[in-house]
Formats: sequence, C-alpha cells, structure tokens
Amino acid sequence: MKTTRFLLGAVIFAGLAIPAQAKLRVVTSLQDFASIAEAIGGDRVETFALAKGYQDPHFVDAKPSFILKLSRADLLIVAGLELEIGYLPPLIDQSRNGRIHPGSPGYLDASIGCNVLQRPTQAVTRAMGDVHPYGNPHYWTDPENGRIVARAIAGRLGELDPEGKAAYEANLSTFEARLTEKEREWQAKMAPFAGTRIVTFHESWPNLARYFKLDIVGTVEPKPGIPPSPSHTLEIINLITAQKVPVILVEPYFDTKTPRYIGNKTGAVVLTFYPSVGGIPEIKDYIGLFDYDVNAFVNAMRGKE
Amino acid sequence: MDFVHLLVIPILVGTVATAQEAPVPQPTPAPTPAPAAPAQTSNYFNPSISVIGNFLAVGGTNEIENLPSASLRESELGFQAIVDPYARADFFISFSEEGANVEEGYLTFTSLPWDLLIKVGRMRTAFGKINTLHVHVWPWPDAPLPIVNLLGGEEGWSGDGVLVAKLIPLGDTFSEATLQVFRGESEGLFTAAKRSDLAFNGHYRVFRDLSDSTNLDLGLSYGFGPNGTLPDATTRLSALDATFRWKRLRTGLYRQVVLRGEFFRSSRDQAGGTESATGWFAGADYQFARRWWVGVRGEAAEHADDAAILDTGLAATLTFLPSEFSQLRSELRRRRYAGSYKANEILFQVQFAIGAHGAHPF
Repeated sequence: MKTTRFLLGAVIFAGLAIPAQAKLRVVTSLQDFASIAEAIGGDRVETFALAKGYQDPHFVDAKPSFILKLSRADLLIVAGLELEIGYLPPLIDQSRNGRIHPGSPGYLDASIGCNVLQRPTQAVTRAMGDVHPYGNPHYWTDPENGRIVARAIAGRLGELDPEGKAAYEANLSTFEARLTEKEREWQAKMAPFAGTRIVTFHESWPNLARYFKLDIVGTVEPKPGIPPSPSHTLEIINLITAQKVPVILVEPYFDTKTPRYIGNKTGAVVLTFYPSVGGIPEIKDYIGLFDYDVNAFVNAMRGKE
Repeated sequence: MDFVHLLVIPILVGTVATAQEAPVPQPTPAPTPAPAAPAQTSNYFNPSISVIGNFLAVGGTNEIENLPSASLRESELGFQAIVDPYARADFFISFSEEGANVEEGYLTFTSLPWDLLIKVGRMRTAFGKINTLHVHVWPWPDAPLPIVNLLGGEEGWSGDGVLVAKLIPLGDTFSEATLQVFRGESEGLFTAAKRSDLAFNGHYRVFRDLSDSTNLDLGLSYGFGPNGTLPDATTRLSALDATFRWKRLRTGLYRQVVLRGEFFRSSRDQAGGTESATGWFAGADYQFARRWWVGVRGEAAEHADDAAILDTGLAATLTFLPSEFSQLRSELRRRRYAGSYKANEILFQVQFAIGAHGAHPF
C-alpha cells in the first residue's frame, strides 16, 4: 500500500515536474535534421542523430544503444522515402515509445511537402539497383527543402510544446532570414558554373544539382547501391572525356579508388563532397554544410581554370 | 507489375496517412505529388511480403550428418504488418523438404508502459544469440555443433508462449531482461506430457558502444523445461554469449570485423542420473571489400544425453554478396564426431530475397 502510494506520488510528481523544465528530446535519423531542429528549438530541445554525417545513411546499424535514445524521445524526425528502412523500423518497435510511432504526433517524416525528385513514373524492380520507390531520399541537399523541413519542425515542436510556440516561430524567422541571405551568397558564387556537367559517385545529388543548375551526366555506380564495374568505369571515362566533365563528386563514405582512377585517365578533379552536417568537423550546421560544399566546388573549378 | 504494387501499397499507407495529419505551416509549400502507384484501397492494409530462398549444395562424405547433395533447404515466407495502434504481427512460414511449418508467428505489443515489450505466439527463444536468429542471417550455412547437440537439433529452441522484455537502462548502456514462458515442447529438447509441463527462459543482455567504431554485446541465458525421459525430469540450460564488432563508420561499407562466441551448458535428468554436457563455438568474420567477407569458426559440443561423446569442428567461410538481396557463400568444414569419425566437406549456399525490404540484421 505504502509502495503504491509512493509510486503514485512519484508518477504525479514526475508528471508535474518534467514539462516545466525538461527539454524536448528530439531524435533524428540525420545530423542535418538535428541541426535544423537545434536552430528552431534553441535551448528548449536537445537533439541526437542516429547516423553520423560521414556515414552512408542507407547503412546504419540497428544498435540497441539507439533503442535507449528512442525510448526517451519526444520527437523522431526521419528523412522518409525508405532511406531508413534498413534499420529504423525494428528500433521503433523495440523503443516501447508509442509517441514516436509513424502516425503519432512525435513522428515527423521530413520529406512531406519537400520537392522530391526522381519519383518513379514506371514500375520499379530491383534490376534497377537499390532504387527508392517513392523518390530520391537525398532531398535535403536543396536548401529550399531545408526551409520546408524547418517549417515542418517548427510546426511540430509548437504542437508538442505549446508554451514554446512563440519561441519556435521566432527562431524559424531568424533561420529563414539567414537561409535567404546565405542562399543569395551561394547562388552568386555558383552562378558562373551553371550548366557545368558533373559525374557523381551515387545518386545523392539531384536536388543540389537542380538548385545550382549543375548537370549530372553520369554516376560512378552503374546502378544505385551497385559498386563500380570495369565496363561501366570505362563508359564513364569515355563520357567524361567526350562531355569534358571537370569534376567527380564523391560522398565521404565511398572508396575513392575508382573515382581517382577515372580522374587520372580523364583529368577530372575528384572532389569529396559532403551530403550531411558532421561529414567533417568543420561542417557544424545546416548552413555550414552549403558554405563548405559551395566553397569546395568553387575552389575545385577555379583550380581547373 | 501487380507484384510491385502489392509490396508498395502497404508501405504507402503510412506515408499518406502522415501526410494528411502533418500541419504544413504557411506559406504552403508545393504539395507532395501523388504517389507513383495507383491507389487500390482494398490492398492498403495488406502486410508486406517477402520470400527468402536458401539453397544448399554439399560435397564430401559425412555418414553422421548426411546432408543431401543439393536442396532448396528452406523457403521462408514473411508477412509483416501493423495490427492496430497497439501491436504489430510477424509471420515467418518456412517450407522445406519436410513440409511447411510456421517458424515464427507472433503479436508484439509495442506501446506498453514501464518499458515493457510483450510478444505472444510462436517465437524463437532468446537463449544465447545465434538461437534467436533465422537461418538466413547466420554467418555460416550450417548450425554450430552446440546448437545441434544441446538445443535439440539444427532448428534450435523455439516455442509457443509469451515473452516479456523490459528495458533496464544503466546510464547510457543498454540493458534488457527477457522472460519467456512456453508450452514445454521443442523438437529434440522438451516434451510436454501434461498441460502443466512448461518451459521457461530468462535472458539478460547488455550492449555498450565502446567507441564510434566498436561495441560489445553480452548475454546471459538460463532456461529449463520437461525432457520427457522420466516423469518430472527436466533439462536445464544455460548460455553465455559475447559479440564484439568493429566498424569505422566512414569506411563501414568496406571493412568490418565481428568476433562472436557462445558457451552452453546442459543438465539433463535421465535414467541413471543427471547428465551434464557443455559446448561452445567461437567465430571471427572480416569484411575485406564492399561485397566480400571471410570467416572462421571453431566449435565443440558434448551430447546432451551422453557427455562422453564429444564432437568438434573447424570451418572457414567465404561470402560474396552481389547486392543486398542475394548472397553466395562457401564453407570448408571439418568435423570430428565422437573423437574418431572425421568428415571433410564443402558446403555451397545461395540465398536470395524478394519482396519487402527487411531490416539489416545486427
């Protein structure tokens, strides 16, 4: 009896005490969303990203330590479009946390409302490699999609924590203003290279290419998720030579051996290009991601001239 | 075409449902275009379906474990879906040369309070680590000897009953206690003569990230159940499992190391007293290129009903994965049975998966 009363008391106390001070715990699949959530949530949230920015976001281990993080989460933000299908569903099931199940207020699919490219217009089969049947999941590489994600996060944080609604809206305005200003800067820097033909390792960059008007003419992978083959490498070498492609973009988690071989044969510059915040320590937040990549691209192109 | 739709639609449901709920702050961004697949509402709630084929060819001579020269050893059909806001269901139906069999079929309550998870139905027992895994995610084409000799055969220990698992976080360290109660039946291991003959299993697991690149997974198991040799005779089982993984996240697509080992002990009441037998295996697997793995395994196990009989073995594997959905594996295996009969064999396994994209095993 005493124990019951004590437990009851503890539960009520916990119920009263926590919302007043505790931060909202936001778990995201990608560091990019964690960065945006920090910008919007400020000191009202604490974030944790499951995938590191330097790791292939398709292949994240379903580690039990993530179950602990998810069990305490108030909000889970995912890229959706099946990017997390290899690890997240069993983690959510084992989290014992109904608040973050798909369809609950604590589950936010960041792709909703974003401009998603490469949505298949025909039936897909795995003969096409590891294709995503709902479209290319690397959409956050377009800063305008980052803006849409920030708005969705602000809306959702305001729902989960109505007291902080005004703060979230104010932070969103600040974030958007900064993004708008930065976008002008990035566009100005990239404008001279509009129309540049590029080759990328994986199909991670259609959104970025569209935004900066770059033209992706080929990928080092013959098909998404399939490692380079000798015959395809030869085709890419011919393509780069014929189309005078100046640069090959490689995500940090891929082996640069084949891209470097192609680079040596063709003179194209092999540039490690970071798709996510945290890809290297210098990339500290979402705006810093484009700062870094834009500068890296511009420097690589200048080096060619 | 229809097959693809069948798979795509159940997953779509989640996306569409969330889309409707999500408040889109103003100004309204471009709406998400309609999904590529046509809407057939009657299919919306169909489970995701997958089929995994497991083909095994064997060369060499072995009079003790006489595996067929070639066989479609198992075809596993998986059906998985959310049941309602409280639970999900998973069915794995296995077809082999012996016939069809519900390998697992359980309901999982995923939104319980107090960090609890409950499963009801038929499931593999959380006894050690390898015993919890389906054959197609093992790092070898065959079961290690302690599973065969001490857990009743290649199929290991599974049962019909209830599982309750509770998270017990130790700071940042994951820890989980699991209790299972089953009908006391498991082929080759337990036999329930009467309704009150139940089997029990307890499992405690601790997992810790040692660094960004390394982690350690430890488990302790204890179970018992009626073995049917004499009235009230039981077999008591205990196990210790350890898995160490190394994988640098940046180069994780190309290099990984997994070291694993399990130790088993069985105490079996039988005519003439209690027989105590032990067994173990230890293995190392190394990924040396994007699609290639090599591995070694050592194993030894006494027989549960006669600890004087000791079998030992050594194996080496080479695995090639053309994609995430297919796998070719060969194993050179030397086993010595009862300390005398020696068998050298080569096993060649082809596994292939179609349908819904399952989670990667960890």
